[in-house]
Amino acid sequence: MKATAQKNPTLITAEPNSLEVIVTREFEASPEKVFRAYTDPKILVQWWGPRSTKMRFEKFEPRDGGSYRYFHEVASGHEVSFRGVFHEVTAPERIIQTFEFEGLPERGHVCLETIRFESLPGNRTRVSYQDIFQAVADKEGAMAAGMTTGIIEMHERLDELFESGAIK
Amino acid sequence: MRRDVFQAIADPTRRAIINLIANQSMNVNAIAENFKISRPAVSLQVKILEECGLISIITQGRERVCEARLEPLREVSSWVENYRRHWEERHARLDDVLLTMDDEEKKPIKKKRKK
Repeated sequence: MKATAQKNPTLITAEPNSLEVIVTREFEASPEKVFRAYTDPKILVQWWGPRSTKMRFEKFEPRDGGSYRYFHEVASGHEVSFRGVFHEVTAPERIIQTFEFEGLPERGHVCLETIRFESLPGNRTRVSYQDIFQAVADKEGAMAAGMTTGIIEMHERLDELFESGAIK
Repeated sequence: MRRDVFQAIADPTRRAIINLIANQSMNVNAIAENFKISRPAVSLQVKILEECGLISIITQGRERVCEARLEPLREVSSWVENYRRHWEERHARLDDVLLTMDDEEKKPIKKKRKK
């Protein structure tokens, strides 16, 4: 049976001169279930990366003090990687972790991310991501690049544009 | 290192250079006067911008003038929209995955846990 999920809006708050980005989204499932989708690597790979890419974990230890590193492989063979440390993983309430895109020209541009899972009436969950960057430029860079998977999606679109000759 | 518009705008100095020459072409010395970093450092950023397709360097007599090529920026002019779309797509996939999941976590057969 293929049911169609109700599509709730994704809200993004990013003030121009602030270090913070907040992303909020509600889901039609319990906090326990949604939390599991974020912390079970077999489930996470099904949705975190864009459809056109293959996601693989080198490491994924969702517990206090654990760490993670994962790759997105795109069709062209190009690969981008991300890594971080889990500061706190409390089911089914919150995940506090660091996040770094390894494709930047230099190391050390790290984002502190808190993902909160809030129980709503009717077996629903509100997920909010609070990302705090070290510099406004880091935040702008991350957002401009679409942060994680958006980087790949946009690169692919760009590649197509370049190939089609739309951009000289 | 990739050379595209996203690489070009990932660096604050490069963004400032683009802003500076967007309305008025300048040579590298004139650009460098606007920055605290050294002239060679500015030259390097200009070179990267050229490789990313956001600057054309035109030789006028003995001078090499940097001219902004803003067409590629159209791609990122709606970057906040792209960012939002990226999250929308990801969350729509999570909606689908949640429908396929069991309500309760399937408990694996109990094994002796290492302490």
